[in-house]
Order: sequence, then C-alpha cells, then structure tokens
Amino acid sequence: MSVAVLAFPGSCDDRDALRAVALMGAEPVRVWHADSDLGGAGAVIVPGGFSYGDYLRPGALAALSPAMAAVRELAAAGGPVLGICNGFQVLTEAGLLPGVLRPNAHLQFRFQDVALRVQRESAWLPGVVAGDTLEIPVKHHDGCYFAAPAQLEELDAAGQVLLRYVHNPNGSVENIACVTNAAGNVAGLMPHPEHAVDPLLGSVDGRILLQGLLDQAVAVEAAI
Amino acid sequence: MSTIESTPLHRSLGLTDAEFERIRELLEREPNDFELAVFSLLWSEHCAYKHSRRLLAAFPTTGERVLQGPGENAGVIDVGDGLAVALKVESHNHPSAVEPFQGAATGVGGILRDIFAMGARPIAILDSLRFGELDAERQRHLFARVVEGVGHYGNCVGVANIGGEVEFEAAYEHNCLVNAMCVGVLPADRLQSAGAAGPGNLLVLYGSKTGRDGIGGASVLASQGFEEGSEAKRPSVQIGDPFTGKKLIECTLELLDQGLIVSLQDLGAAGLASSTSEMAASGGVGLDVDLSAVPVREEGMEPFEIMISESQERMAAIVEPSSWDAVAAVCRRWEVDATVIGEVTETGRLRCFHGGEAVGDIPVETLTEAAPRYEVARERPARLVESAAVAEDPATPPEAALRALLAAPGTASRRWVTRQYDQLVGSGTVVRPGGDAAVVRLTPSDRAIAVSLDGNGRRTWLDPRRGGMSAVCEAARNVACTGARPAAVTNCLNFGNPEHADIGYELAEAIGGMADACRALGLPVVSGNVSLYNEHDGRPIPPTPVVGVVGVLDDAALAVRAGFRDEGDVVLLAGAGASALDGSDYQKVILGETAGRIPEPDLGAERDLHAFLAAAAGRRLLRSAHDVGGGGLAVAVAEAAMAGNIGVRVGKVADLFGEGDGRVVISARRADVAALRKLAGPVPLQRLGAVGGGEIAVGPARIALAAAVDLYEGALPRIMEGGA
Repeated sequence: MSVAVLAFPGSCDDRDALRAVALMGAEPVRVWHADSDLGGAGAVIVPGGFSYGDYLRPGALAALSPAMAAVRELAAAGGPVLGICNGFQVLTEAGLLPGVLRPNAHLQFRFQDVALRVQRESAWLPGVVAGDTLEIPVKHHDGCYFAAPAQLEELDAAGQVLLRYVHNPNGSVENIACVTNAAGNVAGLMPHPEHAVDPLLGSVDGRILLQGLLDQAVAVEAAI
Repeated sequence: MSTIESTPLHRSLGLTDAEFERIRELLEREPNDFELAVFSLLWSEHCAYKHSRRLLAAFPTTGERVLQGPGENAGVIDVGDGLAVALKVESHNHPSAVEPFQGAATGVGGILRDIFAMGARPIAILDSLRFGELDAERQRHLFARVVEGVGHYGNCVGVANIGGEVEFEAAYEHNCLVNAMCVGVLPADRLQSAGAAGPGNLLVLYGSKTGRDGIGGASVLASQGFEEGSEAKRPSVQIGDPFTGKKLIECTLELLDQGLIVSLQDLGAAGLASSTSEMAASGGVGLDVDLSAVPVREEGMEPFEIMISESQERMAAIVEPSSWDAVAAVCRRWEVDATVIGEVTETGRLRCFHGGEAVGDIPVETLTEAAPRYEVARERPARLVESAAVAEDPATPPEAALRALLAAPGTASRRWVTRQYDQLVGSGTVVRPGGDAAVVRLTPSDRAIAVSLDGNGRRTWLDPRRGGMSAVCEAARNVACTGARPAAVTNCLNFGNPEHADIGYELAEAIGGMADACRALGLPVVSGNVSLYNEHDGRPIPPTPVVGVVGVLDDAALAVRAGFRDEGDVVLLAGAGASALDGSDYQKVILGETAGRIPEPDLGAERDLHAFLAAAAGRRLLRSAHDVGGGGLAVAVAEAAMAGNIGVRVGKVADLFGEGDGRVVISARRADVAALRKLAGPVPLQRLGAVGGGEIAVGPARIALAAAVDLYEGALPRIMEGGA
C-alpha cells in the first residue's frame, strides 16, 4: 500500500509524515504541490507546516493547488484522506471538511502533549472504543476549531466528531479535536499523529490514526 | 551619499581619522564614497572583530573531531557514522532592543543561514535571552515579543527549538540580549566552504530581492551603544520572512544534493559587501560584481545601498557556468529568484560595476586581513573583591527560601517560553527542553547529540575569569548529564564598550577563563560571535559570555533525563565542587543583592565528573542526572522531583542554596550503587537520600510536590498573563 504525502512550499512536517508512513510498513510517496496526480497512492496525508507561508489564511492558497485537485478526486472516490494541523486547515479551506480553524483563543503558538477522548468507534481509530484516551502532541497557532451551532448539531448527530480535547489547548468549540466529512473517509485534526509513532520520542498513540488510514485504503482497494 | 556639514564622511560612517589614513595608504589613493562605505562596514567591530580578534586567539580550536574551526559561516565537527554537525551561536541584541519581534526573528533566520551555508540541514535552535526585571511592563513586552519572534521564525521553517535559557537582571533593561544558536547535520564528506574558486565561475545571488531595509543594520547597530532616541534606528532593523527562509533552506539543500555549488555564503551583516569580500578573501581570488544585475525591491537604489543592504533571506553561491541552467531550474522549482551578478577573477580585487560603470575597486585583503586589530586597554574594575563573603539570612527559614526560589523568575520553569516553540519537528527530539541538555537523534541514525546553551552574567560580573570558566563548565556539564560526551564549543561574547579599560579587562579575563576551561575539558571552540558596545547611556551590561556545547551520544536510547524515576531509587551527589552564596539566586532573591566572589571551578574534577557520567550512562547505571545550578542543591533536588513527578527525601546537607561548578544530583537503583561507586574512581559520591512519596524534603526545607509544581510552573504564566 502506498500513501501520498503532499509537499507544499512551506510544509514542515512532510518529512516526518513520510517517515511515519514507512514506520507503519507502508510505502510513502512524496507528491509535490504542482503535481496533478498522486503517483498511484491509495491514501493521502496532507501534512503540517505553513504552506505558502500561511499567506491570506492558513491553508487558503494550498487548497487551490493542482495536487489538491487530485486529492478531491481520490476523496470523491472514497479514498481515505488525513489532514494534520496545516493539512486540517487546507482540507477545511478546500471544503472537504466542515468548519474552520481560527487563531488560538490565547493568541499564542502552543506546543504540548494533549489528551484526546475518543467519541465513537471508527475506521479511523482501529482497536479503540468510545471513552478511551489518546495522547498526541499539538503545535500550532491557528487551531481553534469553529462551526456554527446548527452545523455542530449536524456533526454530532452524524457522528462526525471523532476526538475531543480533555483539556482544551486552543479554545476549540465543544473541545473538538478531530472531525470527518459526512462520508467518513476524510478526517482532519490539529494534533500530530506522525509525531507519536516512536517510543523513544514519547507516545505511540499516533499509530492508531495512521493504521486507520492504511486499513481504509486497503478496504477501498479490495472493493474496486 | 551626503556628508554631514563639517563632519568628514569617514567619521559619520564610524571610521576614525587613523583608520581613514590607513585606507588611503592601502589604496594608494583617495577612496571614493562607495569604497569608503564598504570599508566602514567591513572594518566595523561586527565584521572585523577589531577589539576582540587578538584575545580570541587564546581559544583552542583544533581537535580530532574538528572538520571546520572558526572563520567560516559555522564550525563543523565529525560525530561518527559518516555524519557531521555544524554549530554556531550569534547575537541579535541591538536589533531586538529596537524591534523585539523582528529583531529576534531575523536573529533566528540569520543563524539558520549560517548553518545551511555549511551544507547542513538545520535540526535544532536554542536561544539565550536576557531582559530587565519583569516587574516593568516594558520588560514583559520585550520578553513576550522576543519569544514570539524566535518562535515565529523557527516554527515556520520547521526547525525544532530545543531549549536555551533566559535570565532577568536590571542591568539588561535598556540592552536586552538575544543570542540564537543553531545546529545542523550533514554528510561528513559534503562540507561546504565560503571560499570562491575558479576564475570564470559565476557569482549567483538567490533568495529575496534587495531593498533599502536594514541598510547598515546589524553592523551599525552592533557597533555602537544606545542612547535615548534609539527609535530613530527603526529603519535599519531587518524584516524577516520565514516562508522565503524555508524555501531557501530546501532549495539550497537540493542544490547541494545535486552537486551544483562550488562555494556558498549567506548574506548577513553588511550584505553583499561582506559576503563578496569574505568569499573572495577566503578563496584567494577576486570578484567582479554587477550591482545593476541585483534584483531590487524599489526604484532608484544607489549602488552603495545595493552593496550594503541587509535585506534578509539571501544567499550567494559560486557555480560553474555549465551548472547555471540546472541551478536556475532548482531555484525556479522552489520559486526562489536566482540571478548571475558577477564572476570570479584572478585579480584579487573586489570590483563593482553599475550600469557598465566602475563604482569601486578594492584589493580584497585590504577589507579583511588588513582590517585594524586593536589591543584593548585593561584595568581591573574596583568592584572585584578577593573572597567569598555571603551568608544565609537567619531570618528566612530554609523552607520559605525554597518556596521563594521555586517561584522566582530566574529559577522557575521555562515552560511558558518553550511551549511557544515546536520542539518535535524532524522526529529527533529524544529529550525535550526543561532538563539539562536536550537530546536530538540524528534520524535515521541511532546516534544523537546533546546540546546546551548557558551563561551567567551575574556570576561573571563578580569574577570575569571564573565566570568564563564556569560558563564552559556548566554548558558541558549539562550535556554530560544526558550521558553524552561533550565534543565542541561555540560561544557568543556579550560585553560593553571595549574601548573602556574595565570592559577590556572583563573581556580579556572572561576569554582567558573560557579558554582554560575548554583546554582542560578537551573542548575545541569551532565558531562564535562577539557582541560589544552593549550599554545604555554609558552603563554597560554585566559581562555575559554565552556558551553552547554539543556532545555526542552513540545511542539515543541511552540518553539520561533529569527527573527521578521510581520509589526507592537512591539519590546521590556526584562531584564535590566548591559552592558559595556569592552571585547565587539565593543572594539575589532572598538577600536582594549581588556581591562577593564566586568559587573557582576545579577543572580537573569537572573533566572527571563528565567522564564518569558518560561511563555510567553507557552502562545504564543512571536513573536520572541533573546539574546543580541556579538555586543550589535544594532547587536541583526539587527540579528532579518535579520532572519525575515523584517525591524525594534528602537528609541533612551542608549547603542548601550555594552555587558552584562540579556537582550533579543523580539517582540509581539500590542494587546499582556499588557498581556506580566502583566506576566513580576519583569522583566523590555522597549519598543524599531516596526517591519516593508525595513530598520534596531537602533537609529542613519541605514542600508538597503539588505545591512545588504550582509555584514552579505557575510563576512565569502568572507574571506574564496574570494566570496559569
């Protein structure tokens, strides 16, 4: 199974994501922002960083790149897409995920390990159940998730909220840390699963989300 | 260029009459205004080190690991497995005092360029900061904005910030210090040089366009003190663009991967003027530069403005003509402007043209080797005393003193700072900041480096020579606490005006002390920076040498952390270095003064202690190790307890709060203590107590673990934001 990791000018965690994919036993494929295909990959990670210097708004310019057109196609075909940090911002700007990300309520960049409460069983979270806690680091300036009240009701009702912060680090509405699209195959979160895969560096709970990405890609491939 | 009425141009450019005469002699004619501007910058303190160069010769600079010593953009050492590490620390004090956010951000941008100019991928940033006391709103503003600026640049370019230090003293109120260190990793066989070579090869400028921003910024700001009205200097502060900086890093590394570069130099202080003359001088060649080919941001820039602009995010490279198309293609892919602006010649001269006309023609060595070197006058300051003299305050119970120290800005947790920095990008941060040294794995290798950046102006003010020794010992000891073997030093010397004899004494003595310590510990100095004229209205900062040490750990999995681990582990004090309250945090916080004389570090004992720690870590005998630093033994024990989130019981100790070198609090499994004692050889091991419980008890000072954490972690958030 190969996994595409997008690289925009200004991406920072693309190399970490490529490494994490390899650690998970899959084949990482680096996809340049100007490329219009995903090199045959069956899954995509849109990584963290400051694509295009966060000019205009974080993720706004990256959402318009040729590589993102290819991501839309894969998502429409049911392929799994995971947006991490800036990647989450890109996916919301691209309209592939609901809601927006605003500057942190305290207006500071914040790095810390955060505890995340699992909201429901999901293909994204193999082996864990509602109520479990994952520990994964965050590091961002613009991670305050927001959606209008009516939209939040819809997200709750449809089970699109996968993870909530146990202690909210950024002011996100209803402590939301990770959401999916209605179909469930596109997910985004501000915490960094690619930084939580190596026991020498800390928690390995990030492997759960990456395994979820791989499992879904395998399932989609089998269905075709 | 206008001449201020009745003031000769050379003087308004900061050159003395004697220096101007010397330039006329060297050129054998009158310099034109363009040439004079170039001389004034290249002969400034910042570029020429004219007051420090002779003293710096005291540093040992060679060693079996050294691949590149001082003189290039950064020093480089061999760390094994075919890997090398580039390191350098540099100041951005004066720009940060004028505009703290941009000053700090461009300080980080500049040190990053020094590292990738050596062919290395930057993997870690550290910052050493000094401000006035935080009870003043202006100081809180400077502190907050500098931290934001350091974080902004480093976070955006994706280089982990792994620590550093910050101190607060009234003497830094009008002259804050912002020193940034960067470490990079490269294949040992890909070391780059700045030396231009190969007549006919092309001089390529790539990165940002050149503007009027920062004309004479670093070189002018760093070469004079501050008086009232420094707001007028705002136009000469550079503005950083980390997005372009990030593209520049990736673009440069790709150019190097493809073998397209002959030599490489970043554009920092004095812009093209210094980078072209340094490239030509270190390659022993000449350069012809066409200034009208330089892409500019605005119309009508004068040739001298283009030559000395300090616009950020620019690099200069020498490439072979046959490589130019490939170079241009890589730069296009990264959306980085690249332009041929000149070529290497055999003339040994820096010749500049604009619109086909010659605007300057200067023999290169007159700008570099022939720059003046002054002997500084030295006079021992009257404040220095002969012996330690400070005693504990009988009216303050030890428990109250411990509480006060845990919550003092100088001693409390730095998490408020480090949580604003990305500590993890690069997937290498094995030991995060907050303990002694951070440890970064050189992924994909298992090998790791430990890095620490330390200095203590208050203690150095009491004894410049011992303070210099102590700064080296402390940084190296912090690295040794992780189990790494200290391998190389970079340093930043922050001092007042060297033309004053008392400052000359401080500078010479501190350098002498540092050199002695480096020699005794077997540590070559491979790079550094000197920041002089740090003063306000004639009042200098305390002498503040800041020392960065990189150590090598063969296996990242062997890294030792500061925090205690398990109930029942034995706590020991390794080393028996002399301690005193003179210059200590206790003296400052409890007694409200700084006086006396700090103890002399025992350099032989220090070396033995470091060797013991590495050996014990290699045999997995250490559960934790933490340096005894600010706040003395009581604070060190409390910090190890808080870092491990477990209590500790330590019996009676002779000196709770004294500070000095050569001591480390370690813990070990009960069963391993005998093996540790055997391994210790000449290093004294004193049993202090045991890990466990929910209380920190150090002799008579006792505090609940949770209460200590609240004081320690809550201090800076409460001061800076009025809450945790």
